Amino acid sequence: MELLTLLIVFVMLVAAISVLLLRNMIAALAAASVVSLAVSIIFVVLRAPDVAMTEAAVGAGLSSLILALGLRRLGLWRLERGGDNLLLKHRGQDVQEDTDHG
Amino acid sequence: MVERRSVRDLAALLFAGGLAFLLLVIGAQFVFGSAPMLIGQEILKAAPTETGAANIVTAVVLGYRGIDTLGEIAILFTAATAAGLVLGKRRENARRDPDGGFILVASADLLFPLLLVVGFYIILHGHVTPGGGFQGGVILAAAFFIPLLARPGTPVNHGGISLLEGLAGAAFIIIGLVSLYQGHEFLRPMLEKGQLGSLISAGTLPLLYLAVGLKVGAELAGLLAHIADVEAEES
Repeated sequence: MELLTLLIVFVMLVAAISVLLLRNMIAALAAASVVSLAVSIIFVVLRAPDVAMTEAAVGAGLSSLILALGLRRLGLWRLERGGDNLLLKHRGQDVQEDTDHG
Repeated sequence: MVERRSVRDLAALLFAGGLAFLLLVIGAQFVFGSAPMLIGQEILKAAPTETGAANIVTAVVLGYRGIDTLGEIAILFTAATAAGLVLGKRRENARRDPDGGFILVASADLLFPLLLVVGFYIILHGHVTPGGGFQGGVILAAAFFIPLLARPGTPVNHGGISLLEGLAGAAFIIIGLVSLYQGHEFLRPMLEKGQLGSLISAGTLPLLYLAVGLKVGAELAGLLAHIADVEAEES
């Protein structure tokens, strides 16, 4: 169990540092929610499943969603349709992400 | 400017040092994973017979600390109201996100009923298994937001959401007032305790959690729909 905890803490640290280093806003948000998911696993290890569910639902899900929508409100990213693909446009740089080949 | 920056650096250093000291003290005093408080043992012993809830956390949240939960709901309501106030109205000429594409649209149709079932399961079994109104409410809000992600611009019935939210909040307070009317304390659990661990047990606690879940779900769904609706300036 100690090994598992150490592994989760390592994942948390890597994700937390990558939040600072990632240039892509959405990728940084995903890394931030990985931190929350790892914390929720630690709560399960500590036998607090109620808190783990709250952390997974609120920390990993809802708060990153609100952050993403808030960043979009500030104009830092937006979705655009280019042909058949959805494009994720960043302010300053363009990052292409294929989400649909229909 | 240089002086102000050095003052700020000093303050940050002091803060970081204090935080490190605090963490060191906590780490030195408590073994990882052991409970330092004694009141937990008492509640663990008394809660199943006193409230009839198999999930001790629910017994504490709604039975022993019901008025704190009422305060928590009030805090959430205030925060959502303030966020709605700051966000303001949608501008006439604001752009819309494009449709989510085949994968998102298809999986939104698939996920919506599943997430509804999971959300209501977690709310209604809050007194038996881990979970409850807050967690289930967030899942309900997510269930209603995913179709909105797939098809941006779908009209949202904000009046209905507010009505549901108000009714759920009123139901919580009315259950508390009924127990006051019967001569007990405010929000004291009532009705039959039933058999420990069965779905219909623990008296009014499941009803309170249903009210909390509906309120949280409606509140967050309305807030998410609102944030998704307001758009950035055209650049």
